[in-house]
Amino acid sequence: MNARTLDPTERLIEKEPYYEPVGEEIALFEAAYRQRIPVLLKGPTGCGKTRFMEHMAWRLQRPLITVSCHDDLTASDLVGRYLVKGGETVWVDGPLTRAVRCGGICYLDEIVEARKDTMVVIHPLADDRRTLAMEKLGQMLEAPAEFCLAISYNPGYQSVLKDLKQSTRQRFVALEFDYPSAALEQRIVATESGVSDAVADKLVRFAQMTRNLKGSGLEEGASTRLLVHAGKLISDGISPVTACKSAVAQAVTDDADMLKAIQELSSSVF
Amino acid sequence: MEASLHTWLETEFTYFKVEELAGELAALARDDQDFILGWIRRIASTHITLAWQFGRRAPALLPRMERRLLEAWAVHTCDVFDRTGLQTALRVMEQVDSFDPAQHKHDAAGALFEDFAPVLGNFVCGLSGRRLRIEEGDKAWTDGERIVLPPLVAEFSDRDDNFQLAKVMVALAWAQTRFGTLRVDHAQIAAGYADPERALSRLNALETLRLSARIARDLPGLHREMQRLARVAEPLTPAWQAFAARLTRDDASIDDSLALLAAAYAEPESPRWTGQLDLRPDAVAAARAARLDKEKARLRVRLAELLEEQAENRASAASQDTHPPAAEVEPRDEGGQLDFDITLDGVPLAPPDDVRQLLTSVYLDFGEIPPEYLTPAGEGEYDPNLVFDRPEDPDAVWHGTYHEKGAELYPEWDHGRQHYRKNWCVMREKTVPPIQDDFYRQTLVKHQGAVKQLRRKFEALRDENRLDRRQTQGDEIDLDALVEALADAKDGREMSDRLFVRLHRAERNIAVAFLVDMSGSTKGWINEAEREALILLCEALELLGDRYAIYGFSGTTRKRCELFRIKTFDEPYDDEVKARISGIRPQEYTRMGFALRHLSKLLNQVDARTRVLVTLSDGRPDDYFDVYRGEYGVEDTRMALLEASRTGIHPFCITLDREARDYLPHMYGAARYVLLDDVRQLPLKVTDIYRRITT
Repeated sequence: MNARTLDPTERLIEKEPYYEPVGEEIALFEAAYRQRIPVLLKGPTGCGKTRFMEHMAWRLQRPLITVSCHDDLTASDLVGRYLVKGGETVWVDGPLTRAVRCGGICYLDEIVEARKDTMVVIHPLADDRRTLAMEKLGQMLEAPAEFCLAISYNPGYQSVLKDLKQSTRQRFVALEFDYPSAALEQRIVATESGVSDAVADKLVRFAQMTRNLKGSGLEEGASTRLLVHAGKLISDGISPVTACKSAVAQAVTDDADMLKAIQELSSSVF
Repeated sequence: MEASLHTWLETEFTYFKVEELAGELAALARDDQDFILGWIRRIASTHITLAWQFGRRAPALLPRMERRLLEAWAVHTCDVFDRTGLQTALRVMEQVDSFDPAQHKHDAAGALFEDFAPVLGNFVCGLSGRRLRIEEGDKAWTDGERIVLPPLVAEFSDRDDNFQLAKVMVALAWAQTRFGTLRVDHAQIAAGYADPERALSRLNALETLRLSARIARDLPGLHREMQRLARVAEPLTPAWQAFAARLTRDDASIDDSLALLAAAYAEPESPRWTGQLDLRPDAVAAARAARLDKEKARLRVRLAELLEEQAENRASAASQDTHPPAAEVEPRDEGGQLDFDITLDGVPLAPPDDVRQLLTSVYLDFGEIPPEYLTPAGEGEYDPNLVFDRPEDPDAVWHGTYHEKGAELYPEWDHGRQHYRKNWCVMREKTVPPIQDDFYRQTLVKHQGAVKQLRRKFEALRDENRLDRRQTQGDEIDLDALVEALADAKDGREMSDRLFVRLHRAERNIAVAFLVDMSGSTKGWINEAEREALILLCEALELLGDRYAIYGFSGTTRKRCELFRIKTFDEPYDDEVKARISGIRPQEYTRMGFALRHLSKLLNQVDARTRVLVTLSDGRPDDYFDVYRGEYGVEDTRMALLEASRTGIHPFCITLDREARDYLPHMYGAARYVLLDDVRQLPLKVTDIYRRITT
């Protein structure tokens, strides 16, 4: 048993990642890619943004470099830094620089979580200059035609105060994602988790019930991703009610009354 | 024991004969004695007669009622007393006294309303349809807007089964609103029969059959639960089996039940299912009548607003067509979810949440959206102020008969009862009338030197970014460390790995709410010092960029708790806010609990890593015309602070009361308050303290 080490700049996704289009997002993304316009994906958590990016990377046959943003992410973490190795200082590229150099797709997930001062480094890359300033090296890196920048954020989940700055968001073509329609979501859950259509149908119905609770004590309803998790557990022999409890209810809330209510909903559906 | 009873029940004035009670209690086990005595003492703090009645009844009840239920009964009685007074509370007591043990043999395992209501409230919200409220009442029924459930569900000997039964009741009530049972006029239909009561009960049974079948299709798990609970039910007679065959069809509706009603009426017996609800035609009709016109108006006004928004978006491109604007709505009722496709003037639109809720409600009332609901309201046709619930003018309520409309209700901790008084404080937010005078400028001039000093101190606070040297990881190389390390290496010593410089950026992420005492006792010096302190504070906080809000509080009795908005979290510190600070004037008394609870709620809505709640007060909690004095007030305030702490808020108090050492440590804990001897220190000290508690 050996874990494989992969270099994302050299690795192309070989097998088509399963993705069900909801609207014209694939055509839009491809057009933006050809026109060298960066893309912003908006939508609630677990609705398929990351999967869409994997699918597009496969379609365009470009390496995909994903950075999950967090509130300690600095500009150096993205661009690169000097390290000391054996008494010598060595420059090491950050993921953004690597993506630019190899003409890949750089996907900054949950960009709003990054520090405000970090976000400005992507500005020159995101407009028609398409350059990355590497101040410590004293160099400018010009992005090749193949390079593509994509960012994502969740408008419902992010607070007003942490909202994306206008100067940032106005550089992007925005694609809006939402939970798929019931029929589509059922197909996704069935395909991804291997459960029967009937079970997938019930899972989706249950998810809609939790989404009805949004704003009445629940921040966010169950995402498609959580349904797939529950479906996989069910395929593996776990009872549906237990699977929903562990994979969905516990994942969306800690509140005891709410947990019990969600469990009662799932046991009503199954 | 007798002596305690004499004291608690104030027998000197009330002449209650406690000797007999003491004798009866003495015969009980020590543990039971303590339990009953404890409750007598606690209820006595609410009302002595209630405590006396409790004492007389409890010893006989204890062998057949679980303590948990006796407690619930005692608290319920106190709640009833809070809400409706002594007479009804005594009646509640009598009901327990007169209850037949045979009928209540499962009470010990009963599910209590206060336990299941929060869960089932969320449960019913998850099912699609109109948002239904859950309320406590005599029996289980619904009027289509609220579901009423009894205080105790105790039909089974297992507690979980009783909870499930309550769930079944909620589901049946939901199904009545969702699948059209309440769409018809029950009273009118029943009036067509010689015995309307009988007709109504037959209709109820038919509908329960039909709704159970719907539930079986949509919520099979719940239906299994219903069947399990009903396993001892009598088998259906052949006639009822025939009814069931028709009513369990996929397309069965209320019309089928109505068509079968005459036949069902003729049947000698009518089955009754476990969890079946009562049908209350009057309540249903009243709720529906109140709802229909209101929702029609609301929907038409909102459609007009949506159209206007749409027209603005298309502004110049709009053609000059003269046809009246039209809205089309296509309801979709699939997969258990109700949804609507709206087309406004030919343009499809995702309906906003409130519009979707309105459409859902109208659809449930009619089974469709009647065309007249879809004509956008014409100019001035309805006054939106009448159609929508607008915030009430907080002062207007005092002009007419008193009511609690538009107010927020907060609980209060009753130390004597050791329980909350629910919905006790009637709170309203008001705005301080701004006074445009010279106060702001004068304050800055008066504290000129101090302001400069403050600015410097706070600026230092803001620039918290610093370089951490000799780190194992970092953005840049620490050249000094590297040179040293290379020299070490040349010497044959081990090279340090601490070779990096890291920029430590501590972003201030603080939200703070200031709660200013505006009680009558702050009149004069204190009021002026408070206002000056607020101005200096705001000047400093503006530099820091911390989010802050300022509210004042005061009140007379629980019915008039007022919170004065001076600056909300979202408002900028502008001339209006400065004028409001200038306008702070002493009001009534110091009731603190509700203010702390409300501000905690507001603070928790703000996204910040650290939340601080600073109270600026001149004395102990006190409300002259009420029980809010001495220990009661202190304990309620303490409880409100504990609640705030539990949600992660850091409370702090700055006070001018010289006697505060007696009670403040108890309320805030030893390190969470500061006492100023001299009111003149207030303006400068407050900023200093703020700096201390937020770094």
